[in-house]
Amino acid sequence: MSMHRREFLQLLAMASAGGMALHSDFARAAGAASSMYELPRFGNVSLLHMTDCHAQLMPIYFREPDVNLGIGDMAGRPPHLVGDKLLKQFGIAPGTPQAHAFTFLDFAQAARTYGKVGGFAHLATLVKRMKASRPGALLLDGGDTWQGSGLSLWTKGQDMVDACKLLGVDVMTGHWEFTYGAERVKQIVDGDFAGKVDFVAQNVKTTDFGDQVFPPFVIRQINGVPVAIVGQAFPYTPIANPRYFTPEWSFGINDESMQEHVDAARAKGAQVVVVLSHNGMDVDVKMASRVRGIDAILGGHTHDGVPAPIVVKNAGGQTLVTNAGSNGKFLGVLDFDVKGGKVSDFRYHLLPVFSNLLPADPDMTALIAKMRAPHEARLGEKLAVTEGLLYRRGNFNGSFDQLILDGLMKMKDAEIAFSPGFRWGTSLLPGDTITMENLLDQTAITYPYTTLTPMTGEFIKTVLEDVCDNLFNPDPYYQQGGDMVRVGGLQYRCDPTAKMGGRISGMMLNGKPLEASKTYRVAGWAPVSEAARDAGGEPIWDLMTRYLKDVKTVAPIKLNLPELHGVAGNPGMA
Amino acid sequence: MNMQRREALKSTGAMGLFGVLVAAGLITPELAHAAWDKAAFEAKSMEDVLKALGAGKPADSKDVQLSGPDIAENGAVVPVGVKSALPGTEFVAILVEKNPNMLAASFTLPEGTAADVSTRIKMGQTSNVYALVKAGGSYYMTVKEIKVTLGGCGG
Repeated sequence: MSMHRREFLQLLAMASAGGMALHSDFARAAGAASSMYELPRFGNVSLLHMTDCHAQLMPIYFREPDVNLGIGDMAGRPPHLVGDKLLKQFGIAPGTPQAHAFTFLDFAQAARTYGKVGGFAHLATLVKRMKASRPGALLLDGGDTWQGSGLSLWTKGQDMVDACKLLGVDVMTGHWEFTYGAERVKQIVDGDFAGKVDFVAQNVKTTDFGDQVFPPFVIRQINGVPVAIVGQAFPYTPIANPRYFTPEWSFGINDESMQEHVDAARAKGAQVVVVLSHNGMDVDVKMASRVRGIDAILGGHTHDGVPAPIVVKNAGGQTLVTNAGSNGKFLGVLDFDVKGGKVSDFRYHLLPVFSNLLPADPDMTALIAKMRAPHEARLGEKLAVTEGLLYRRGNFNGSFDQLILDGLMKMKDAEIAFSPGFRWGTSLLPGDTITMENLLDQTAITYPYTTLTPMTGEFIKTVLEDVCDNLFNPDPYYQQGGDMVRVGGLQYRCDPTAKMGGRISGMMLNGKPLEASKTYRVAGWAPVSEAARDAGGEPIWDLMTRYLKDVKTVAPIKLNLPELHGVAGNPGMA
Repeated sequence: MNMQRREALKSTGAMGLFGVLVAAGLITPELAHAAWDKAAFEAKSMEDVLKALGAGKPADSKDVQLSGPDIAENGAVVPVGVKSALPGTEFVAILVEKNPNMLAASFTLPEGTAADVSTRIKMGQTSNVYALVKAGGSYYMTVKEIKVTLGGCGG
């Protein structure tokens, strides 16, 4: 820790002891704190990495999970550490801005102290500083950039495309981008991005002949060093999201073709090879153990803010694996020292983007204001006030998801509700007004249909087992990322360490066991089938608007959580 | 894959891939016909398939490679491929353990043909998929699990 930062922290402590309003003191202390962002330059090749911002152009709150279990080889290994265990693993002092950025601890209080995070205007300032101190540095965007807000949904991602161009993104890959449909993606990549942003993906191929849809990699010169960036889009896009958006594109993990492209990049003279990945961290770690010749995998998808890389040994040497969080909250800075044609050393920092510590970039501020102007009234519509903390992230449930489940059951007159285990969605502090913008932060997708489906007890069990295996299969290649489906009304037990078919038990509804052959009324949203699209159920935000306006004040939420077995002592649980 | 191959295949589209292969002399109609084994394709269990094919108890072999997705994008058309590095590979079969009829495809390879086949199979649920190979008069096998999920709920 530098002297500057220590001084800043002392300042904070004094302000706290004096009982002052910390929020403004924090802002006033910005001068002293800016040293948090004064990273000395290292080496000759630098890469800046952002991922999974989910279209959050404005500063937000984002609570990190208190449950992020790792099973099998992944138990207790980053990213499957939460709270104190994460702080201890990475040597972060409790009660510091870093501790707030990387954990859920004392979230509401700490959020009031340190203020909001992210926001493209603040991120732009940080990117500019890093590019100034690291000449030639590239900015890489791991995807999930064009989706996650009302504005991005209404502009079909155009707001983010324009903001990313101004931010100076050099190379990108994708996942939720594909939910705007193949045609829209191509329109942006071949139009807006032409000559400016390289969209790379080695694992997106046509379903007929297996032709590459995007360039698999790009080689850029950084201070005279040829650096290859290989793209790895989210492998399970057509499974986790509706296949009808990209019916002619196939995805998948594809280790063999990854190896071929890495070898091809080396053969073309690349001295550094990095993979810009949307695999999710466990998949990246496994891939790093199997593919040779990758210096680093800069990862996303699983939204894990991991302060230091995992170093994975493999037949070709070693590969660094990182994951850079979500919602614009972090910027990864990877510095390589390249000597004699290869990487000889590295430094990595995952910088939290504290909006109060980084002045807003005027150009980005102006662009965002211009883009929001026609939509401000609709975004700002007040729906209700929350008395408790609202957040989404966590393996089994989040309070905003519970709110959605409660709304679904009430408005659909259902006994049980399911809500997808998405990992995006911002947080609201106790006392905050829930605006349309906040609601859309949780729901803005291109398949928002709500459903009411008669399901037998047996089928409900099948659904829970299926999703649970996507989360807890001991082989990460069989995981899809995302969290467990959120369940309303129904209680159950879950043993994440069991095999598929044996993880879910003790299903109870209103104090009675669920009956296998009985049919129940189950509400849900975000269906992936074409039939559900054609049925065209009411969009989730319309249903929730009606519900919230009716409720007016949302009392502190009680989460419906499964009773967990087999994971006592797992450091992925608070 | 270059555009020329795509165009070439498109231009022969009316004939179909099978017709092209027949025309090119790679597969003779007699051979294709000979590969059809009613009993094997109607078999419901691993044991019955192996019996119908006269495969006995195949040995596991690392020289047989089965490629396919870890999770199927569409259970109705799951792309799978089998490569055999065993000399004298003359027959390749693909078996899906949990399908109503286990044998999904079989290929009889004329002498001197590279043992590298691919096709698309239909899968109703998550299952082990086996590649069975006959080479030098003996049978060999390898296995891979392919998951078929309900989908949704990702990321």
